[in-house]
Amino acid sequence: MNAFSPRDFKANALRALADPDLQRALGNMRQGFIERRRSAAARLPEFDALRDKARDIKQHVIGHLDLYLEAFEKSVVANGGTVHWAKDGTQARDIILNICRLVGAETVTKGKSMVGEEIAINPFLEANGIRPVETDLGEYIIQLRDEPPSHIIAPAIHVNKEQIADAFRKHHRDLAPERPLTDRGALLSEARRALRERFLAADVGITGANFLVAETGSTIIVTNEGNGDLTQTLPRIHIVIAGIEKVVPTLDDAMALVRVLARSATGQDMSVYTTISTGGKREGDLDGPEQFHVVLLDNGRSALIGSEFQEVLRCIRCGACLNHCPVYGSVGGHAYGSVYPGPIGKVLTPALVGLGEARDLPNASTFCGRCEEVCPVRIPLPKLMRYWREREYTQKLSPPRTRWAIRLWAFGARLPALYHFGARLAAFWLYRRGKKGGGRIASLRLGEGWTRFRDFPAPQGKTFQSQWRGARRHRAAP
Amino acid sequence: MLPAMTPPANPSVGLFVTCLVDLFRPSVGFAAAKLLEAAGCRVAVPRAQTCCGQPAYNSGDKLDAKRLARRTIAAFRRFDYVVAPSGSCAGMIKAHYPEAFAGDAKWLPRAEALAAKTHELVSFLHDVMGVKAVPGKFEGIAAYHDSCSSLREMGVRAQPRALLAKVPGLALRELPGSEVCCGFGGTFCVKYPEISNHMVADKCREIAESGADTVLSGDMGCLMNIAGKLSRDGREIRAYHVAEVLAGVDAAPLGRLRAEAEEATA
Repeated sequence: MNAFSPRDFKANALRALADPDLQRALGNMRQGFIERRRSAAARLPEFDALRDKARDIKQHVIGHLDLYLEAFEKSVVANGGTVHWAKDGTQARDIILNICRLVGAETVTKGKSMVGEEIAINPFLEANGIRPVETDLGEYIIQLRDEPPSHIIAPAIHVNKEQIADAFRKHHRDLAPERPLTDRGALLSEARRALRERFLAADVGITGANFLVAETGSTIIVTNEGNGDLTQTLPRIHIVIAGIEKVVPTLDDAMALVRVLARSATGQDMSVYTTISTGGKREGDLDGPEQFHVVLLDNGRSALIGSEFQEVLRCIRCGACLNHCPVYGSVGGHAYGSVYPGPIGKVLTPALVGLGEARDLPNASTFCGRCEEVCPVRIPLPKLMRYWREREYTQKLSPPRTRWAIRLWAFGARLPALYHFGARLAAFWLYRRGKKGGGRIASLRLGEGWTRFRDFPAPQGKTFQSQWRGARRHRAAP
Repeated sequence: MLPAMTPPANPSVGLFVTCLVDLFRPSVGFAAAKLLEAAGCRVAVPRAQTCCGQPAYNSGDKLDAKRLARRTIAAFRRFDYVVAPSGSCAGMIKAHYPEAFAGDAKWLPRAEALAAKTHELVSFLHDVMGVKAVPGKFEGIAAYHDSCSSLREMGVRAQPRALLAKVPGLALRELPGSEVCCGFGGTFCVKYPEISNHMVADKCREIAESGADTVLSGDMGCLMNIAGKLSRDGREIRAYHVAEVLAGVDAAPLGRLRAEAEEATA
């Protein structure tokens, strides 16, 4: 596994660009997601209006988060559940471990949860003698391979079939060597066979939540595999871990968001399973967990409220920004070195781990704006990345050479006479250099980043300003 | 696409030349002036203009960006319209100047006034001036590359295609990934050259596969990136700014000398 830190973005990106397996996987992924979202949106004429509504619901919650969180807790307690408040990852991990210990848990099944990744719950449980088993197929595969997810909704998108078969053969001790694992169906049934045993053996089930409903105290997950249902209904204890920004006022609000979530994520009208959990097993219920716990994680989120970054809290983790990002499509998720890759990670990661640690992420964008264009809750991601760049500049975290170059250039650009003179010199010099190369410059020392991969088209010779003055001297000059 | 409004009679237009056109490709500036004048505009080029400030703004240097923005605002105050042969620079003025001066009682109204009258060249010709015919003619099969800022900040998509369709001799090819960034991204292309290269390589492959012999775009940054990659890969595809083709300006393609261009089209 590559070094997993946003500090290593550049080095990791280089490795990713040179990895043919990864490039093949990324190539397959991109068009699929994009086409499916496009046709899902086209099938629903009010899709954009729904996005506005989704944005407004989430924005409203951010403005009244304390109110809805308290209401949510009250509703959970009224249903016999317990809410735990975790300031950071350490507190969240301790809370979860304590619950597991109280019931003497040996194994824990896990539904897919980005917050679970954020607080790195798996290695922590393992270190404390509890075996966590991921039950989402993608998460299960990367758990076997001991690597982080590379996509918010498709964690093993970077892994190909052969690599999955290798992982199964290595870890499934009871798997007969002669059994073929060449097609998707065979891989799926092998995973299902292995996971069924784990579902039945688990003492505790941990899931994330797509939404927390203040009105009813419910937590909602949307999945396509049904693993989440088995994770939360079979064990005696159900622990939900979720970021505080996941709360919405009512079930209706949650359903409005569900309508944009799957369409944006996978292009489905709805995910296969939408599971609403409201407390544990009640008297007369045939099944369900005995205890229902919700761990609410802050981990820097509340500090974003009122800041220029607060709109990022609207995110519903659909992954559309990743799917449409040309940078993500080039380097994949691991290069970012953070739990949240892609455009959303470029905004969120500096908030979670510090800008000094994640300086590259908000910079590694062409500001093409496609992420904002497809975001179901209309987060202005490029603008928020630019805010990080502003902080980076004012906190002098960017290389001094870059900062001086910009300041020097900006100084020149404030003095038109100097600027036009400089432009004339540059145009002439580059024109002369280009003339030898037939109009192109193959190597520029100051533009090495450009000319390593591209020729530099030489200028035509004179600047527009100087020619315009010459050509139009007879006209009234401004 | 916006419905064409009644064209104002002989509006005064300040041409925002852009740094890249000024330095690298004056023929685009002359093409823009020719098209604007043919549409009935009175064109002026304020000498006080330099750069819109976008490189500073996107590098986090908001202070310098605002200094340059104030200069631009002052230089273009007196015109009915401000037009740039670039979606990127026009987008900076239209979308980002008001954003940069948010909360500034003195400069926000000025920034908003400038933003309101600022347009990308081709959409201005098509939507505001109601241009139906263009002077250019061109022999070739052209792929039009949408620049991200034209497409997403300025709403430019149908207008260049509509006007290019009027150019005699020109056949247009759509690129399957026409909405995908070419990898230029201002300083991105030199800060992350390998990623940028990966993106522009994809773009050039697509252009070549489309069967086009020419690539057109409304932004010099994208064009220089694409033309530079095409030439490095040894692909004989010409690159022009869309204004040059619409205006029928006689110039060698990007990255070529005149003689070579004549040879190629002979």
